[in-house]
Amino acid sequence: MEPFTRVSAVAVPIDLPNVDTDRVIPARFLRKDRSVPEYASFLFHDVRFDAAGAERPEFVLNQAPYRGARIVVAAENFGCGSSREAAVWALAAYGVRSVIAPSLGDIFHQNCFKNGLLPVILPGDVVAALRRQLHDRPGATLTVELDGQTVTAPDGARHRFEVDAFRKEMLLSGRDEIGLTLGFEAQIREFEARHAREMAWAVPPRAGT
Amino acid sequence: MFEKIWARHVVAEGPGGHVLLYIDRHLLHEGTTAAFGRLARSGRPVRRSDLCFATADHYVLTSAGSPTADAETRGMVEALGRHTADQRIVYFGVGDPRRGIVHVIGPEQGLTLPGVTLVCGDSHTATHGAFGALAFGIGSSEVEHVLATQTLWQKKPRTMRISVEGGLEPGVNAKDVILAIIAKIGAGGGVGHAIEYAGSTIRAMSMDERMTVCNMSIEAGARTGMVAPDETTFAYLAARPLAPRGDAWGLALAHWKTLPSEPGAPFDREVALAATDIAPTVTWGTSPQDALPITARVPDPAAVGDLGRRESMARALAYMGLSPGTPLSEIVVNRVFIGSCTNSRLDDLRAAARVAKGRRVVVPAWIVPGSGLIKRAAEAEGLDRVFVDAGFEWREAGCSMCVGMNGETAGPGERVASTSNRNFEGRQGKGARTHLMSPAMAAAAAVTGRLTDVRTLTV
Repeated sequence: MEPFTRVSAVAVPIDLPNVDTDRVIPARFLRKDRSVPEYASFLFHDVRFDAAGAERPEFVLNQAPYRGARIVVAAENFGCGSSREAAVWALAAYGVRSVIAPSLGDIFHQNCFKNGLLPVILPGDVVAALRRQLHDRPGATLTVELDGQTVTAPDGARHRFEVDAFRKEMLLSGRDEIGLTLGFEAQIREFEARHAREMAWAVPPRAGT
Repeated sequence: MFEKIWARHVVAEGPGGHVLLYIDRHLLHEGTTAAFGRLARSGRPVRRSDLCFATADHYVLTSAGSPTADAETRGMVEALGRHTADQRIVYFGVGDPRRGIVHVIGPEQGLTLPGVTLVCGDSHTATHGAFGALAFGIGSSEVEHVLATQTLWQKKPRTMRISVEGGLEPGVNAKDVILAIIAKIGAGGGVGHAIEYAGSTIRAMSMDERMTVCNMSIEAGARTGMVAPDETTFAYLAARPLAPRGDAWGLALAHWKTLPSEPGAPFDREVALAATDIAPTVTWGTSPQDALPITARVPDPAAVGDLGRRESMARALAYMGLSPGTPLSEIVVNRVFIGSCTNSRLDDLRAAARVAKGRRVVVPAWIVPGSGLIKRAAEAEGLDRVFVDAGFEWREAGCSMCVGMNGETAGPGERVASTSNRNFEGRQGKGARTHLMSPAMAAAAAVTGRLTDVRTLTV
């Protein structure tokens, strides 16, 4: 996984609350392998392109200053709905490294961490002010810095955010989480032995065929 | 209850309040096969194949014989068959009468039990919480992590109790209850929380009804939702094929009875609803929180103070092709879908059949049972005859038009009365318009051709 330390990049404001992961990537693309070269075009596909495949000029990522944005500044509950990790893969394929919002869908939030994207939760008024600045100064850049846990706005204001110590360490190092957990093999075995005594009924009988 | 189950599954403590949580059940479907490929490439084995169970539901067509639409989707179903065979994972595949929607067959087979942790690469996994299991949806990377380690790094969520008290009026059921809850707390109201549904209304519900409620927890933002196990739960589980038997049943039962929260147990947030305030409910917009009683009118964005909310309402109405002030009961539908992990169980089909009996559909209307076994049980009761005589299509089990991944979608602009869980833009097909409602309300819409208060039809 690509580590996350600091990203200074053009940010795009997305004002709509409750942006669901069906909107981020429609279901018909979930069968596609994420290595296909056109994967980034699946991002926001049905609001970004019309039926003929032409760009919809009103969609923010189709406006010149925001093209290629690497930071998304969203509204409440961005990434709600389906658990599809493809929503994060499509953002990553486009080049997005961080999503800033007042709240995020819980599963989307977890999926970000697994793919080197930093989810940043800031108070609603702070995020609204960031979006306003990005509308007023299209193409303005934001800086997201993980070690010091700060977002620096276009106006120079610096906002501190909270991030779990565990997730922070994993992102900074880009470490393989499964590899880390396999290092807990002794504890897992010990747990399984105790669990088998205390909740023996929880292991299902072999299903017949 | 949540705390008790959580504490019993902690393998190790990590930094920042994270714990390594043990997983008792891992359910798989053909949409989660990519994780097997990554695992194989990294040379890691599946740790506990005896705790994994798989079925094909998302990509299988629900026409006779359960085929797939094209080579791509066929490949996904075949890949799941291959991976599960290689790993000796129990697979309820095409042709097996036990095949069905993953959140329907887990309980049906007795895999879903009180007090266990259960995960699946699908956001509607909270369905299993109806049994007092700690069940939540996970992403593809987490699926791979569970396959490799049988654990997940998790941070404890906050807790929320939603209490519903009183008797439901005739024509009002579990779907109306959960839509009313989501409308009250909002699509993001449960973010970061584990919900426990409580109160006399929930206690009086069947397991099928409790599953409908827990299923849509994610539509209120919560990854998990649960109901304390009781005699209704135990009666459902007794003699299920993969539930504990003999001595194990007695041990399990003793454990399950210790699970309910103590009186006075603290919750981070409490929400209360009165059952008598809940009417048959439908959605008018593109978020499940956009729900109103069928007797209401399409709301007017101009009457809303908050600018962001006003704009998103206007956008939703434009997508839905609706004008403010239109009575909901005058909205004409083009199609009806009764199915999905929310509403495809026997109780749901019975409720729809009571409305359909002796009437005729006036628009294309599908019934998609949740599993092959539910289909058989419904046929044994003669429900299929009721539906077929009324002009419904009686189909095979699968996710079908709830998500349309298998190719079964509604057309652009088509308006669907649907018992599924999401009315997002494009959810049931590009440009398709979804109104969420209960099976009885969907059947009523099928026979009148418009959104209809089921209480106005003689049942």
